[in-house]
Amino acid sequence: METFSFRHKAERRSAGTKAQAIVGVVASGNLEVLVERNLPDTECHVEVSTPIAGFGPVWEAVVADFVERRSPGGLKLSINDGGARADTVALRLAQAVRLIEEDVR
Amino acid sequence: MTGISWYESSARDRVRLLLDAGSLTEVIGPEQRETSPHLDLFDLPKQFDDGIVVGRGRLSGKPVFIAAQEGRFMGGAFGEVHGAKLTGLLRAARDARTVPVLILFDTGGVRLQEANAGELAIAEIMRALIEARCAGAKVIGLVGGRAGCYGGGGLVAGCCSALAVSEHGRIAVSGPEVIETNRGVEEFDSKDRSLVWRTMGGKNRRLIGGADAFVDDTIEAFRAAALHLIERAPAFGLDMLKAEQARLAERLKRFGDCADGLDIWKREGAVDAAAIPSLSAEAFTTLADKIREPRYDAR
Repeated sequence: METFSFRHKAERRSAGTKAQAIVGVVASGNLEVLVERNLPDTECHVEVSTPIAGFGPVWEAVVADFVERRSPGGLKLSINDGGARADTVALRLAQAVRLIEEDVR
Repeated sequence: MTGISWYESSARDRVRLLLDAGSLTEVIGPEQRETSPHLDLFDLPKQFDDGIVVGRGRLSGKPVFIAAQEGRFMGGAFGEVHGAKLTGLLRAARDARTVPVLILFDTGGVRLQEANAGELAIAEIMRALIEARCAGAKVIGLVGGRAGCYGGGGLVAGCCSALAVSEHGRIAVSGPEVIETNRGVEEFDSKDRSLVWRTMGGKNRRLIGGADAFVDDTIEAFRAAALHLIERAPAFGLDMLKAEQARLAERLKRFGDCADGLDIWKREGAVDAAAIPSLSAEAFTTLADKIREPRYDAR
């Protein structure tokens, strides 16, 4: 199992008030993203756990691109990967942020 | 939520859409990271909720306990933590006495990577389930996920007060491949998908009394069936056990020599038994009720 921990500065605080959200399932070619609002407003941490070795640079690039696009300040995102492709990872990260920014029903 | 497929939905979506909006209070949620202590040994990825959502919520305004297995994570299989969460939920139901429990099965059985812990979990779940029923709680199983309900899941389903199943739902203990591997292709041809559905599928289970309701593959249909079965499922006691014993003895006498679901349906008096697999849920339910009314005294 390879693990990565990425620390980024975000431009601004993520919208909404929800404390947490989760999206996706750990299955072949899929992943789950747990997002929690528990960091200072301009910080974003992404923790990755993946059984597929050797893709550190790809994870780093996908996460950096995600932070730049979404500005997920204050959020910690934890990933359990099941061997997802980079585009699926980008999609799940975006879904996770959208979910936590939604108003509580 | 009109027409949303149960089969296609995740465990979390099933729970969210089945219960009254926003009523779920999850217990040991993913943020607590109570993951499997065994999967690291095999270098396998974990899931934060270990593949099961458990908690409390409301169904049509009334409180329920609920558990939902995620069939896409390791085939929805029971591991140590996964099983302990369900056991704990059933013990809470035992202590509450009158609050019904919904179990949304979607499982291939025990997780092979933690087999001993998983087998023990099945035993603990069955004990806790029966204790909950003895205390007065009704336990309703809903089966319609992609993993079906197999292995230890089939045993736990057999302990429930009542079951609802869809066309996609399959209920059994040994799966098709397991039977073929152990007893040979003449005993059971696992490649014959039609045979699999004729024997383990929802329609046959409803017709032989293994399931109490047959439903469309939608969230609303499962919701309606859950409400109906909470009302109608029998209380647990000696009379019910005697009725169940009599029902099973009669079933064995009537169908013990049948090799295929088709033979059973013909013997039950279905005029066009071969057409049953292609019937819509509505047409099938009408036919099934005519052939054999669901019984609510046994289980």
